[in-house]
Amino acid sequence: MEILEPILHHYNHWITIFLMVSGLYIVVARGNMVKKLVGLALFQTSVYLLYISPGKILGGTPPILAEGFSVYSNPLPHVLILTAIVVGVATLALGLALVVRINEEFGTIEEDEIFEMISEE
Amino acid sequence: MSAQLPALQVVLPLLAALLAALVRHGGAAWLIALAASLAMPVIAFVMLTQVLDGGSISYELGGWAPPFGIEYRVDVLSAFVLLLISIAGAVMLPYARLSVAAEIASNRRAWFYAMYLLCLAGLLGIVITGDAFNAFVFLEISSLSAYAMIGMGPNRRALFAAYQYLIMGTIGATFYVIAVGLLYTMTGTLNLVDMSERLADVSNMRPLFAALAFLTVGVSLKFALFPLHVWLPNAYAFAPSFTTAFIAATATKAAVYLLLRYFYSVYGVGVVFGAQPVSEILLFLSVAAMFVASLVAVFQDNVKRMLAYSSVAQIGYITLGLSLANQAGLTGGIVHLFNHAMIKGALFLAVGGVVYRLGFARIGQFAGLGRKMPLTMAAFVLAGLALIGTPGTAGFISKWYLALGALEKGWWWLVALIVVSSMISIFYIGRVVEQAYFREPTEETAKARDLPLSMLLPIWILAGATVYFGIETSLTVDVARRAAEMLLTGLR
Repeated sequence: MEILEPILHHYNHWITIFLMVSGLYIVVARGNMVKKLVGLALFQTSVYLLYISPGKILGGTPPILAEGFSVYSNPLPHVLILTAIVVGVATLALGLALVVRINEEFGTIEEDEIFEMISEE
Repeated sequence: MSAQLPALQVVLPLLAALLAALVRHGGAAWLIALAASLAMPVIAFVMLTQVLDGGSISYELGGWAPPFGIEYRVDVLSAFVLLLISIAGAVMLPYARLSVAAEIASNRRAWFYAMYLLCLAGLLGIVITGDAFNAFVFLEISSLSAYAMIGMGPNRRALFAAYQYLIMGTIGATFYVIAVGLLYTMTGTLNLVDMSERLADVSNMRPLFAALAFLTVGVSLKFALFPLHVWLPNAYAFAPSFTTAFIAATATKAAVYLLLRYFYSVYGVGVVFGAQPVSEILLFLSVAAMFVASLVAVFQDNVKRMLAYSSVAQIGYITLGLSLANQAGLTGGIVHLFNHAMIKGALFLAVGGVVYRLGFARIGQFAGLGRKMPLTMAAFVLAGLALIGTPGTAGFISKWYLALGALEKGWWWLVALIVVSSMISIFYIGRVVEQAYFREPTEETAKARDLPLSMLLPIWILAGATVYFGIETSLTVDVARRAAEMLLTGLR
């Protein structure tokens, strides 16, 4: 159990890293352009955990002054991630819009098929 | 009024973007973009003179004092890069009207100018902000609008190039956010000045080095450091001509600025170059870029793509100066930020002019253009000479300081490498010159005429600047030297 302790103690980071790497793997390994974007979104989302989980203090309350509470969680990561979510949504929307246009022009959303068409041009 | 300049630098193009999107009319949107673009260098220049006289400007956004509120911070380096970006925008925009009208459908032109203004606002924001997370938001504002602009290119391959850029660019930006997250967890602040002070007290260095690695890779993806450049050649080759010139001149520069900021101001030279082999890795990649990308450029058929590879090589010179980390080398790198923006801007605009007249940029189709479009091609040759680094041009000045920086370290071999890699650029510029001046015009090129004044003037202002800043260096070198001094002695 002693070996597992540092892993269990920081389990939030392990989840983050797992999501991060799987997202990045999908981006690299998939040829379908929509699936690539899904991977990209997963990769971006994993970073939200990286910010938010250290901001929470066990037993901490929201940072509102009140009688009897002196341990507060950090609210700033939430605000930052709210902004990051907006950026992520915009990126995903633009990416999907590009894929729609690519599908209109090339008739496919598979990368290797597009590479073939391009090399023939 | 003058106290509000830092905010205006970003807010003005941001509001203009909104306005351009609302008017829905291409011509009106262009006028709005022109007004905003022309105001930018004025603001940047006033701030630069203020900074040179009286030290850094700190602007509290919304009246919230740093480090809690977002701070806009203008020092010598950021004022210099702000001036560079805003000059590029202001000079190039008159060119855009005809070029964009030829390449983009009329119902999309207003959107195009809105995207351009957003991109401008984002790039200026990256440079002016003193807040790590705010820089990320601006980075993505500029990148997303750049993807959209590139996707509007006339060839359908532009869409695919924009998609690939989006994937790579987003990975880069996310790496940057990971780095900021780690730095924030360790220091509890996002203000860059505050962060650099608090970093000194952090005893566990491992997360900081992890952040440094994420940061370096992420930002390098954005400015296409070899071998993270794969998105760049296609994006530049298929984007509308104006977009290529504007992005090539500015977007990579803003990202390099970000790296300079973190390396020198936040972490400090001692941490970055002392404990880890950052300098060696960066030096190796820079030299690899200078050679590999230049060689690839020689064998390109599409002139826009050739210049794109050349950009990757030139970014190598900039990062070379960064990796030398001494006064002369850093000065060379920072000067080359400015000089390369002028040079590549002129070259891409000239090629865009050929595309405007003839609709293509294949090298074989430049035959006889020296006679048919004499003023355009003369500007191309002039900027090409500056790219090679001929004495008397701006390119020579930056390479001279890079060589001095290498000599300061006693690295003769590096001086030789700088010279030899510059030689390679003679070949690819020479290929275009050979076609344009020593071949008879073909049937296709015979109908070409010189460009209208509104397109010719921006080309010549930039081409002229490459000569002017090769002789009169008080603006570029002196400011860059002060910026390098400031970076090497620390932020405060």
